[in-house]
Amino acid sequence: MTMRNTDSHAEPSRGGGGNNSNRGTVLLRNGRVLDPAGGLDETADVLVRDGTIESIGKGIAAEPGARVMDLTGKLAVPGLIDMHVHLREPGREDEETIQSGGRAAAAGGFTAVACMANTRPVVDNAGMVRFVVEAAKKRSPVRVFCVGAGTVGLKGEAMTEIMDMRDAGAVAISDDGKFIQNSEVARRVMEYCRMAGLPFISHCEDQYLSAGGDMHEGYWSTVLGLKGIPAAAETVAVAREVSLAELTGARVHIAHVSAGESVDVVRRAKERGLTVTAETAPHYLVLTDRAVCGYDTNAKVNPPLRSEEDRERVVAGLKDGTIDVIASDHAPHCEEEKDVEFAAAAFGLIGLETSVGVIMTFLVRKGIVPLKDAIAAMTVKPAAVLGIDGGTLAAGRRADITIIDPELEWEVDPSRFASGARNTPFRGMKLTGKAVATMVAGKLVYEEPH
Amino acid sequence: MKGRKHLLGLEELGREQIEQILDSAKSFKEVLERPIPKVPTLRGKTVANLFFEPSTRTRISFELAEKRLSADTVNFTASGSSVSKGESLKDTARNIEAMQVDMIVVRHQASGAPHFLARSLDCSVINAGDGTHEHPTQGLLDMFTMREHKGRIEGLKVVIVGDIAHSRVAASNIWGLTKLGARVVVCGPTTLLPLGIERLGVEPTSDLDEALEDADVVNVLRIQLERQEKGLFPTTREYSRCFGLTRNRLSAAKEDVLVMHPGPMNRGVEISQDVADGPFSVILEQVANGVAVRMAVLYLLSGSEVEPKPE
Repeated sequence: MTMRNTDSHAEPSRGGGGNNSNRGTVLLRNGRVLDPAGGLDETADVLVRDGTIESIGKGIAAEPGARVMDLTGKLAVPGLIDMHVHLREPGREDEETIQSGGRAAAAGGFTAVACMANTRPVVDNAGMVRFVVEAAKKRSPVRVFCVGAGTVGLKGEAMTEIMDMRDAGAVAISDDGKFIQNSEVARRVMEYCRMAGLPFISHCEDQYLSAGGDMHEGYWSTVLGLKGIPAAAETVAVAREVSLAELTGARVHIAHVSAGESVDVVRRAKERGLTVTAETAPHYLVLTDRAVCGYDTNAKVNPPLRSEEDRERVVAGLKDGTIDVIASDHAPHCEEEKDVEFAAAAFGLIGLETSVGVIMTFLVRKGIVPLKDAIAAMTVKPAAVLGIDGGTLAAGRRADITIIDPELEWEVDPSRFASGARNTPFRGMKLTGKAVATMVAGKLVYEEPH
Repeated sequence: MKGRKHLLGLEELGREQIEQILDSAKSFKEVLERPIPKVPTLRGKTVANLFFEPSTRTRISFELAEKRLSADTVNFTASGSSVSKGESLKDTARNIEAMQVDMIVVRHQASGAPHFLARSLDCSVINAGDGTHEHPTQGLLDMFTMREHKGRIEGLKVVIVGDIAHSRVAASNIWGLTKLGARVVVCGPTTLLPLGIERLGVEPTSDLDEALEDADVVNVLRIQLERQEKGLFPTTREYSRCFGLTRNRLSAAKEDVLVMHPGPMNRGVEISQDVADGPFSVILEQVANGVAVRMAVLYLLSGSEVEPKPE
């Protein structure tokens, strides 16, 4: 049963940004055009007219009045999609807003984001979904897709009006930040998600095992005297979600995988043909619990940065396709929430403006993950999970395009972020590779200053 | 210790630095035995004692050490302060520093709180116990007491019994003792032995009788009832039967074994009355030595040139 294609579920309500007029014609010349979805990887020109890709090919002539951008040495890829961010609006506009988060996305090369429901108030009804969608249309330079909560107030008890939220524009359902501890409630939410045709995104955390923890439980938690969160807190929850995906037939997407064993559980589920997908974040691919050393509160995140062995297994999961998506879990916090003793600090770190640089520097340039796969994990794969258009470059499609300079060397300086927050463990790191221009529906929403 | 500003833990100290503190503490112990047990070493310096957690021994010991060194001291306890009005740790400490304080001694329930202060403030910071991380001066006074009795640390078999996972005393002892070449056995129920502990160079076990065999030192940790409430062990009765140090059990250790306890003791739970007050116990000596060790730490971190001269 699907009720997806109803009239009330109109396309324009899904995703803000990009409804700009006067976009004109842009010719992207001589870039390496890489589209994992279409199997395209060649030096070519891309002609964009009125927000749409008109053609891709060699030697396209520049017509009078067209803006020509020389992309020699640069990459043109489908507009990147970050399917897991927190924009904090409404409720914590001191941390981030739909506007500042949207600008951060644009500056990081993302043309679309999906924002989680754990705002204040929670996005747990159609009215709240409409607020996010409308605010994004007005204030975000990039498309913002809304994720609705699965239970009222994220309390894990009563199911939300999932059908109403879908019809108001929600593209997925998630209690992100919390795990629905009651398996019966989780089952019913998943069943409704299946009826609504929406993916259920699960934040996997057994909250009994993780209670009171501040970092990964292992050698470093012992040395630092901080209460640990065992990897099992995640993996037992992932295992439950796999069982419930089988029971309900829902599309279940495992958010921010941090533990090696979680990767194995997802891999086995996929081998059995279950409708399970997974994402991880750049910090789980690159950092370990060692980053907490010195009590750096910017390295305090949930799930926590794990051991080197976990990190390697997560990377392996990305390489073999067990992990479909790279998403930042962009979690802005203001300085007062991080400039405190470790146990008192908030969980979370921001990633929108560092994801591309971190992935390029530590995975692509080192030859660990092929560029094509890394780009797929930030374009066509999240588009497929969310069931949204985008994620590919082809004539006739929306001109959501990200330009990456793979050789640009830069240093992470949070004071220059477009985000309202500064909480990144990558502060001061020297990276190679950066998004230098971001185009949403034919309009340049970001250009790297020279 | 030259050039060192803070004492945040024994993890960060080298063997020579630890030995320097212990040697210096020996001089200060002599000072304490004089008719007027006071030296002008820290005259004109101000030390603030910030105790965000209840403490009797450590707080009094630090204050006494400061007074014996002629420092001016101010005391701060969390109750009845602006902390109860919601002031952050950083603001509290910065306000106290603004009153021209040279050194801060801090006890806090959060691991890493002294590191946070050391980053935020200009003055010296001494860790007087942070969460479940470290209690470096306790580790030093334990080692001082062992060295005084045994003449050495190297090669001693030291057994630490109890809640290893949550004990900052255990952590500082482990770092210090392993750096000085002792063989360290940690003994407790599996729920109270932390992950990765063996990577610190110690031998974990849950068999106390085996652990005690030929032990030179037994350091007994306080078991907190809070751990039972959290389900980490079933009952104090059973805990005592498995991990309580009794006269009978102690006979497996060396004849000249030292019994230590950082206090406060749960008599009849982790340590029996006759062992606590028995001939092998050096528990009160530990307390006395604490003052000398803290004088040494304050002196070495202050950068003072005024050495305590024997009379």
